[in-house]
Amino acid sequence: MSLKVYIPCDAAAVCVGADELVAAFEAQAAQRKLEIEIVRNGSRGLLWLEPMVEVATPNGRVAFGPVEDKDVASVLDAMIADGPHDLRLGIADDITWLKKQTRLTFVRCGIVDPRPVEDYVAHDGYKGLTRALSMDSAGIVADVTTSGLRGRGGAGFPTGIKWKTVADAQADRKFIVCNADEGDSGTFADRMIMEGDPFVVIEGMTIAGIAVGATKGYIYIRSEYPHAIIAMEEGIKAAKRAGWLGDNIKGSGRAFDLEVRVGAGAYVCGEETSLLESLEGRRGIVRAKPPLPAHKGLFGKPTVINNVLSFAAIPFILDNGAKAYADYGMGRSRGTMPIQLAGNVKFGGLFEVAFGITLGELVDDIAGGTFTGKPVRAVQVGGPLGAYFPPSMFDTPFDYEAFAKRDGLIGHGGITIFDDSVDMSKMARFAMEFCAVESCGKCTPCRIGSTRGVETIDKIRRGEQVADNLLVLQDLSNTMKFGSLCALGGFTPYPVMSALKHFPEDFGPVPQVQAAE
Amino acid sequence: MNAAYEPWSAARCTEIIGAYAHVEGGVIVVLHAIQHAFGYVPEPAIPMIAEARNLSRAEVHGVFTFYHDFRHEPAGKHVLKICRAEACQAAGGDALTARAEQQLGVKLGHTTADDRVTLEPIYCLGLCATAPSAMLDGRIVGRLDEKRMDALLVEAQR
Ligand SMILES: Cc1cc2nc3c(=O)[nH]c(=O)nc-3n(C[C@H](O)[C@H](O)[C@H](O)COP(=O)(O)O)c2cc1C
Ligand code: SF4
Ligand code: FES
Repeated sequence: MSLKVYIPCDAAAVCVGADELVAAFEAQAAQRKLEIEIVRNGSRGLLWLEPMVEVATPNGRVAFGPVEDKDVASVLDAMIADGPHDLRLGIADDITWLKKQTRLTFVRCGIVDPRPVEDYVAHDGYKGLTRALSMDSAGIVADVTTSGLRGRGGAGFPTGIKWKTVADAQADRKFIVCNADEGDSGTFADRMIMEGDPFVVIEGMTIAGIAVGATKGYIYIRSEYPHAIIAMEEGIKAAKRAGWLGDNIKGSGRAFDLEVRVGAGAYVCGEETSLLESLEGRRGIVRAKPPLPAHKGLFGKPTVINNVLSFAAIPFILDNGAKAYADYGMGRSRGTMPIQLAGNVKFGGLFEVAFGITLGELVDDIAGGTFTGKPVRAVQVGGPLGAYFPPSMFDTPFDYEAFAKRDGLIGHGGITIFDDSVDMSKMARFAMEFCAVESCGKCTPCRIGSTRGVETIDKIRRGEQVADNLLVLQDLSNTMKFGSLCALGGFTPYPVMSALKHFPEDFGPVPQVQAAE
Repeated sequence: MNAAYEPWSAARCTEIIGAYAHVEGGVIVVLHAIQHAFGYVPEPAIPMIAEARNLSRAEVHGVFTFYHDFRHEPAGKHVLKICRAEACQAAGGDALTARAEQQLGVKLGHTTADDRVTLEPIYCLGLCATAPSAMLDGRIVGRLDEKRMDALLVEAQR
């Protein structure tokens, strides 16, 4: 008898013991003289169940999780006997948390082996590019525009318009840049797709190259993501070997090549112009716009710069048609969003769903509230530049405009949950401190304002002239909001002001704890 | 000094710089490679990069100091990075950080007196649903609680 077992290679599984499990399964199998094939799939995104191990059966893949070293022998017994086990979750595809989702971008993630390009192709990969190769530039751009896809990196700018600008530009060289800097706390979708389905990102970038007439692309990945860096490098090599990248893509006469570049621990380098500076080997100082990167981007050439998830949405659109994508969603937010549920969360992970679902459904029903079991007091949506929402605002639908109307943003789709032990003036202070540390230094409101913000919140927390200092804080926030060049300085006031607005009781003297220094 | 790294050698540094000479805009690529070899970016490397790439020394120095990743001096034998970003704070990261600081006897950003452990903050490892998270010498660890943190600290002090 031989078994095919799946143990994720995703960093979220590895950080809770997946690599050790591989060794343990191999050792157990050897002891039993059992033939076992272990596939390192990506994660399906049910991260509270990681490491989630699956076994192939005639009825589909049966999942077990979370599996620890001590469970390996008994899980293997259950796999062989197709019998019961406390950790048995049933057929993976039938797990409710997965069935509630609409997986367009993450359709293969956790299912395929991310390494061989053949597995990608066998799961409908490269159909989008194959179709794109038979189309002209205007046709591809029109599909992207009609799909309604908006940039998933945070700003929500229509992807089709950006591509058209670059397609129309005349230049000797053009570039495609993938923003894989994913610095927002509470987000990990870029990381997951790069580790679990790297070819979908590669295919999306290749389609972009064909569409706008660029032959070279860069993927800028943050250094905090060592597994994603390896996965993308391996993916690029495999795509080249198979002829999906290179001088003559699958005999089409079209050329496109890719290179991975690694960041160096600067949050601001996620801002597109700072990223371009960094790619050129300079300090990540934000550039003033105009000129837009679409006109003068990398090395001064017209450049498409998009988030990982924006590129990863493209193959579906080209393969299934713009309408198939645009049919999902609400208002001007079309398609699906891979939402990330994080922090103090019971069922944390990746939940891809059409726009329009409410914040409350996501936090209470899907995420199941907190893992500490205490009531949810606040959630931060959209990373360190996103607003804090109290449960009274959980009726807000997940939609760019609906969030903006409530002084928030959906950003890159991360939701960080806090229970009732959270101290909101401390979180506001953190937002200011983070801005001070990560500021590129170009504008005064951001560089100095954030440091003043930290000092002011400290005074409030010490009980010094609280009313006056609250006014100072609001003033500072306004100055930053309107006087900053980019969204680091410009949006840091969102977490600060939302904390103050919805949790004013936390902004006053903090009781001194004896043990504190 | 950490045995995993090579001792400083100007010849070796020249070799590394040369290996990336063809990389367009590759100053950060070279700095990473130098740090990978020596464990930090030794000061003499800066003018060497500048000369090879036809840049001013100030320019290269500016790049080197802008990015949090690059070290001015060797780290301890082990580097423990604890995530201090929001999701890890929400999951109890503050108390665990305090615990690490107390047991190692150093604050974040410092190295123990015996040069064994450098303790540093990191801002998000993308492991925010299995938080709190940390990284020990490049190995990632999630779902930290007191027990797992203590085990990590023992390992770091070896
Ligand atoms: C401080 C700051 C950090 C950012 N970080 C990221 C990031 O990590 N990833 C990303 O895709 N976009 C990030 N952005 C947004 C980018 O500037 C840009 O809008 C995006 O890369 C465009 O791609 P999209 O249209 O596909 O979203 C950041 C913006 C700011 C101001
Ligand atoms: S707002 Fe801050 S990060 Fe953005 S350009 Fe100005 S100083 Fe730089
Ligand atoms: S906030 Fe700690 S891993 Fe993301």
